[in-house]
Amino acid sequence: MSFDSSPVGGQEGQIDPELRHFIEIESQKAKYQAQVHSFTDQCWDKCIDKPGSKLDSKTETCLVNCVGRFIDVSLTIANKFQKRLEQGGH
Amino acid sequence: MDGFSQPPGSGGTVDKGQIMDQVKTQIALANAQELLQKMTDKCFKKCITKPGTSLASSEQKCVEMCMDRYMEAWNVVSKAYNAKLQMERNRLT
Repeated sequence: MSFDSSPVGGQEGQIDPELRHFIEIESQKAKYQAQVHSFTDQCWDKCIDKPGSKLDSKTETCLVNCVGRFIDVSLTIANKFQKRLEQGGH
Repeated sequence: MDGFSQPPGSGGTVDKGQIMDQVKTQIALANAQELLQKMTDKCFKKCITKPGTSLASSEQKCVEMCMDRYMEAWNVVSKAYNAKLQMERNRLT
């Protein structure tokens, strides 16, 4: 690799700020989507019995609650875990 | 874009817009693949309980419905998660 051909818009090793910003936003969006995939995966198993001709309001409520409770559980565990680490740590 | 676009094959530089388009395409592709894989997984589990010698028409119907429901569920979950994030953001600011 030669350094005389400058990378996109920047000097050696520097990433163009616009491109850096773009990558940050896109990777956040990708993380969000990955999280939605994971939620849908788990909440599908909890809320959908037999896939019918449409999602009824009960199922929809179950999905919404499922997302909320998963986040609650994840926060609760993170907090408790941190407390344990603080108690047990030196 | 100012001066970054060059004719193809003219050296090491690539057009910035081109990189952005590629990144977007790759992410969209990965997202679609993930959805496809999960949907296949879930709908196989729901619709094919006893695999026969061929896909029965009732199973086929079930799979089609399951696909639609899975995508619907994905959207519901996405909205719910987005609303949660928005609430958190409002709480913090």
